[in-house]
Amino acid sequence: MAADRDASTELGERVQRAAGQGTPLDIVAGGSKGFLGRITQSETLDVSAHRGILSYEPSELVLTARAGTPLAEIEDALAVSGQMLAFEPPHFGPSATLGGTVAGALSGPRRPYAGAARDFVLGVKILSGEGRPLSFGGQVMKNVAGYDVSRLMVGAMGTLGVLLEISLKVLPRPARDATVTFAMDAPAAIEAMNAWAGKPLPLSGAYHDEDRLHVRLSGTAGGVDRAIERLGGEAGDGSERWRALREHTLAFFDTELPLWRLSLPAATPPLALPGQTLIDWGGALRWLKSDADVSRIRPAVAEVGGHATLYRNGDRHGDVFHPLTSAMLALHRRLKASFDPKGVLNRGRMYPAL
Amino acid sequence: MASGRVDRKALVAEFRAFLDADSVLHEAEDLAPFECDGLTAYRQTPLVAVLPETIDQVQQVLRVCSARKVPVVARGAGTGLSGGALPLADGVLLVLAKFNRILAIDTANRTARVQPGVRNLAISEAAAAYGLYYAPDPSSQIACSIGGNVAENAGGLHCLKYGLTVHNILELEVVMVDGERLTIGAQSLDAAGYDLLALLTGSEGLLAVIVEITVKLLPKPECARLLLAAFDDVALAGAAVGKIVSAGIIPGGLEMMDNAAIRITDDFVHAGYPTDAAAILLCELDGTEQEVDDQLALVSSLMSECGCTEVRVAADEAERQRFWAGRKNAFPAVGKISPDYYCMDGTIPRHQLPTVLTRTAELSQEYGLPVVNVFHAGDGNLHPLILYDASTEGEVERVEELGGKILELCVAVGGTITGEHGVGVEKIDQMCVQFAAAELQHFHAVKNAFDAGNLLNPGKAVPTLTRCAELGGMHVHGGELPFPDIERF
Repeated sequence: MAADRDASTELGERVQRAAGQGTPLDIVAGGSKGFLGRITQSETLDVSAHRGILSYEPSELVLTARAGTPLAEIEDALAVSGQMLAFEPPHFGPSATLGGTVAGALSGPRRPYAGAARDFVLGVKILSGEGRPLSFGGQVMKNVAGYDVSRLMVGAMGTLGVLLEISLKVLPRPARDATVTFAMDAPAAIEAMNAWAGKPLPLSGAYHDEDRLHVRLSGTAGGVDRAIERLGGEAGDGSERWRALREHTLAFFDTELPLWRLSLPAATPPLALPGQTLIDWGGALRWLKSDADVSRIRPAVAEVGGHATLYRNGDRHGDVFHPLTSAMLALHRRLKASFDPKGVLNRGRMYPAL
Repeated sequence: MASGRVDRKALVAEFRAFLDADSVLHEAEDLAPFECDGLTAYRQTPLVAVLPETIDQVQQVLRVCSARKVPVVARGAGTGLSGGALPLADGVLLVLAKFNRILAIDTANRTARVQPGVRNLAISEAAAAYGLYYAPDPSSQIACSIGGNVAENAGGLHCLKYGLTVHNILELEVVMVDGERLTIGAQSLDAAGYDLLALLTGSEGLLAVIVEITVKLLPKPECARLLLAAFDDVALAGAAVGKIVSAGIIPGGLEMMDNAAIRITDDFVHAGYPTDAAAILLCELDGTEQEVDDQLALVSSLMSECGCTEVRVAADEAERQRFWAGRKNAFPAVGKISPDYYCMDGTIPRHQLPTVLTRTAELSQEYGLPVVNVFHAGDGNLHPLILYDASTEGEVERVEELGGKILELCVAVGGTITGEHGVGVEKIDQMCVQFAAAELQHFHAVKNAFDAGNLLNPGKAVPTLTRCAELGGMHVHGGELPFPDIERF
């Protein structure tokens, strides 16, 4: 295992040089998220040496780590104190780091019930596009001093700053998890997931695949037992199943076809699009493997108030993320210019114009 | 920046072209009710106040103001505690009170689409029929408007478990300074592009005017039980909070009051608190019956291990409400015994509580001004209330100075100057303590990306670098922190 090290000075100098020369940089740490976003061909800014947990106080529910810290290392440290990252981030490989997870806003099956990556970010230290170190937010739960730049970094795909340090709110692991499974078609599953989400039940996951609805319950032993009685279905452990869903290792994800990530209002009935669908997040996330044309997929998704990302495969040079309106894109460009005036950070990774 | 000379008559005439006479206020007597928000120490009459009732009218107001380079301050219910809605003498006050309709409740998706002037509590009342509610519950929830909640990222008693405003909204309709309408966020759980929803939340009206909000609704917990634990030492109470959290329990609410707060509120509402305790903790556990039973047993035994002098579990709903009444009436109770009080809003890492309370008590002595402490203990958000009498010569200035010292103390222990009330005009100087010039510059750059002419709520939330430079001594530089002798984490 590589040693913990503060590499921020050399990273800052590297970004300053790049800004001076106007040479774009691709920010990379573990390389596990290389498939996300658009393909770019810039020089590599390797942040993997900048790693290590800087502080972790279980009774404060706050952890601060350098961006290059392996996600597994963080989760192991939390597990020792019976805590977890409640947004249940996918790793997509053993080299996954905290920085890539936050930059990509990656959240797993618990997301609709516990919150997304952005909901748990309390503070960040970044390098601006000019290589200047900046600190925003902090290590406390409630903080409304200044604009919420920390959360703005989440999902910005490294286009607004090089993440150096991240402070996160962490949560206790539930005392018990259980899974109940039902034979159900997609329309019925969407209805059931949303009806249950409106009831005081200890839900922590709900997905539908191959005419089976799987519901995870997490909480105190008594609370989970009672919820299993109320919901019925076939009860089991299911932890392997949820890991496979999170890591995209379920059979569904084994495909060469374009894999679309459709983010929709949760109760939206199944969309009439060609291809196969797996429904996660209690209906709010639909994975679609389909070779249907983008011009068919995106309008259908936008029509119901959602957006579509070309997650894996397909044309990685085009609009991988759902295109923005011109006014919105103009605002994005102005924001990008305010953090990265020379446009050197992950240029084109998110949108061609950013 | 706007010129100081704005032709009021011409401006009023322009507004009258699309607003009726009652919606364009410019006489002194009509403007008086708008001269301050919940921070009454600051007062200013605006040049003109407008009360539009359609999004189109808001767009037109902003187009007129942009064209004339007149600054605009948006205002909801005016309950804010940091002067965020304080009018400008040469500016327009954009009052969103007429935007008071709940547009839709979507039970299947568990969302409500509301106008910004809708009261926080009204959303939960409307959703109650479906077993749903809107979680953030600032103490002003009966009066405060949801638009203001978004602008300030309001919190409340239950945010350790259920989050702040930023965690409980999905989509905003906003009008930019040039009158353009944008949708921020989405009806889905995330949106394409940057997380502008987070950026707009808590931006104190400096980036855009919010004209519609989609909030998340949560199922009402099946039951809630309240436990009261008394301690003869504040430090023990603080440690007990850490114990609860370390044991894997996130209570729905976790509040602490010091002895002064206990006595004052008990006199006021007869909550039945142990008035000789140095501190009490109020720990509310919610969820299903079984979950709450499981957790209540655990918390009761933890409190005894932590050296509490007494544990009481509210026997019924009436007693639960009575226990809460003391905490929820802390501000009015203080208002009853003191002519004036000043509410602070620092957040600190919880383990710093004993240090901060000791220092606050010393400062209170030094300034000869009593301080009462109520504390959102679960998330470290402290509300020291400074008691004073504004009619005493020079007391207001001393209170502000003491308040400033308390906030600097919060920053010095690794916390923040504001947990949920916002910076506004009130804490603008303490921003110079919390942030260095480079970060402040970036805040201005963000502002510039939205509002290059600096017309939306100028002068609030983010100080100019010049202002900070003038305050020189307050800057936090390497080894020259205020309170250099205390531990830092």
